[in-house]
Amino acid sequence: MFDQTIVTLSISSLLLPVFGFALIVLFNKRFPQIYKLGIGILLFGLASAITIMVIKFTQYLHNDIIFRFTWIDFGNIPGIGKTQIVLGVKIDNIATIMLFVVNLISSLVHIYSLEYMKGDSRFNRYYAYLGIFTFSMIGIVIADNLLMMYIFWELVGLSSYLLIGFWYEKKSASDAGKKAFLTNRVGDIGMLIGILILYTNYHTFTFDQIFHEISLGHIPFGSSGWLTATGILVFLGAVGKSAQFPLHVWLPDAMEGPTPVSALIHSATMVAAGVYLSLRIFPILTADAMLFIAVIGGFTSFLAASIALTQNDIKRVLAYSTVSQLGYMVMSVGVGAYTFAFFHLVTHAFFKSNLFLGSGSVIHAMHHEQDIRNMGGLRKKMPVTYTTFVISSLALSGIPLFSGFLSKDGILAGSLAFAHLTGHWLLPTFGFLVAMMTAFYMFRLIIIAFHGKPRNQEKYDHAHETPLVMTIPLIVLATLSLFFWFSPNPVSPESGWFLSKWVHTPQQVIPNESRYHFMINDNTVEQENAENSAPVMNSEEYEHAMHWAHIPTLTMSITLAGLGVLLAFLLYQWRVFDPDKWAEKLKPLYLFSLNKWYVDEFYAATFIGGTIGLSKLLSLFDKYVVDGIVNGTAFVTRGLSNISGVFDKYVVDGAVNGTAFLSGLLGLGFRKLQTGKIQTYIVLVVFSILILLLLI
Amino acid sequence: MLHVGLHHFLIVSAVLFSLGIYAVVTRKNAIMVLMGIELILNSANINFIAFSRFGNFGLGGQIMALFIIILAAAEAAIALAIVLNVYKTFANVDIDEINKLKE
Repeated sequence: MFDQTIVTLSISSLLLPVFGFALIVLFNKRFPQIYKLGIGILLFGLASAITIMVIKFTQYLHNDIIFRFTWIDFGNIPGIGKTQIVLGVKIDNIATIMLFVVNLISSLVHIYSLEYMKGDSRFNRYYAYLGIFTFSMIGIVIADNLLMMYIFWELVGLSSYLLIGFWYEKKSASDAGKKAFLTNRVGDIGMLIGILILYTNYHTFTFDQIFHEISLGHIPFGSSGWLTATGILVFLGAVGKSAQFPLHVWLPDAMEGPTPVSALIHSATMVAAGVYLSLRIFPILTADAMLFIAVIGGFTSFLAASIALTQNDIKRVLAYSTVSQLGYMVMSVGVGAYTFAFFHLVTHAFFKSNLFLGSGSVIHAMHHEQDIRNMGGLRKKMPVTYTTFVISSLALSGIPLFSGFLSKDGILAGSLAFAHLTGHWLLPTFGFLVAMMTAFYMFRLIIIAFHGKPRNQEKYDHAHETPLVMTIPLIVLATLSLFFWFSPNPVSPESGWFLSKWVHTPQQVIPNESRYHFMINDNTVEQENAENSAPVMNSEEYEHAMHWAHIPTLTMSITLAGLGVLLAFLLYQWRVFDPDKWAEKLKPLYLFSLNKWYVDEFYAATFIGGTIGLSKLLSLFDKYVVDGIVNGTAFVTRGLSNISGVFDKYVVDGAVNGTAFLSGLLGLGFRKLQTGKIQTYIVLVVFSILILLLLI
Repeated sequence: MLHVGLHHFLIVSAVLFSLGIYAVVTRKNAIMVLMGIELILNSANINFIAFSRFGNFGLGGQIMALFIIILAAAEAAIALAIVLNVYKTFANVDIDEINKLKE
């Protein structure tokens, strides 16, 4: 009964932001206040997201709401059969929650930017870009097919490019925009190939139909190797967008964009789209694909966390922390902890966007100072920012009572259970190391930036707490970083409504021999009223392993996070150890981390250097071979035209001139007849008439 | 008794016409040339009237003669105005000298 309402609301909250974008871009000169339209639309979006959430979870908890229509009908193409492109909207439980998260954070960022971007010469344009971003992100969330997802995927890439390079007068900003765009393209190619493989085999882009076909045993090109390849190829899109190794290099550079943009796009929503995509294709991931994904995720989280340890730019620390947490989520998808991946996506969206908005507040107060070595002592000047920042850091570090603990613990338990079942012990090792490093670098950041004595007295004196427009979003998001929103029990998320009711791991559809043995349903209980819902995974073996992993994970993660925090305090607050001395002692490691594992340098030397070398080679080829051919042709043509020129000059011109000469000669004779004296003419006329008369 | 018929009229007219042509062709003075033209027109008038009198054409010829007289008056007025302007420009009315248009 209410499903029409949900469809209408979701589609209008999808389309209104792009409508707002068009209006703002068209009329921003005539109405300088038009940016308010963007804010209004987002508040509507938030209201409809909440409405959808209420209706979905009270009326349609186990049913997905699907609305499809034929976009293009190619009719019956010979050799292929009936071909049509069907688009559609699918509102399942994770889409509902994502809609809320995207609209909420987007609204808060819209409000926050009122102050942060004040006085910018392209203020209206900024809101227009935020609008098109919101549009594309909602498109990804509610898409029920790969084609629509791909379209919005690219739109998200475009809006991200526009926003990173928003201050394009700065070369670093426009370079960062290009880097983000190009790096994403590498992953997207993989994704496109994966989508095309699926389309070639099933003639549909719709998730449910593809899953249905595969569950009937029709695997791509009849080989499970292709199935694995398809999963990995589509996942490559997520590698690009979610900044996974080896395509993670764009995200830290993307911090050149305005800080509220970093909060919205490069921490909370867009980068989470990659994880969201992996969740969407989870049912077709084979055991090999899952292992690949888990290893990529685990390694990325370790790499990024180790880099974040030594960075000095407040936004860069947070950027690497984002990459690291995204690695967690991806690893979680890989180890089969589907629900925890999504859970962490949501909790991370709240506390990480809060951290970014908090850092924006600091940067705003310090007049665009981003280097934490120039901060210090800000705790007293900016109490609200400080408090909310600490709350979110605690959540990120995985300290009990905060949301991050619940989700992160689930991921660690999942990786431990996976290791227990398959023997890949490296993954939980990465996971636990990262947990400790996360706590360490977050508290290093807090201590250096907010505690101690001011290092730059002048800037410190000018610093002040930011106005309410900026602090209210901080407070809202900090509140959402507390545990009770997600689970009544602060140490175990299992009893919370989030995991027990709303989010379930879907049943994989691939043939049993391609799956991990623990991903096979051993419990064939049919879901009640499961008219539209995907079957839920129900594996006792996996449940058992998760249960077994719960207590060790709990103790270990609390201990390690505590150790990390303690270490940060020992080094930077109490100065029991001198951090500079330790940096000197571990110099190779320190430099390795400070220089981001030299990944950028490696790319500059190999891919970029290779491309430049290749283009130099090609330019030489152009210069000597292609230009040689062109110049040779020109030379031959010139020779030929010289010959035909001579012919023209002597033969054609000769004929023309000869004719002219002859006419001239005749004229010379006949000219004598024309005397110009009218009387002569009359005499001639009269005599002519007389002669004529005589002749007649 | 000499009977005056159509032939006599036509002969007078032909003589008058020839005299007109002769004047137009030989005179150097533009006014003389104009007078020649008047003679030609009047020879035509005599022809019209003669045919009107001896032929069986009704009054058409006489009406035409009246038209020609009016036309000749108008023509003379315009021609004399032109001759006056020519005189103002070249300080004479010798048509052999007035050949600037040729160059």
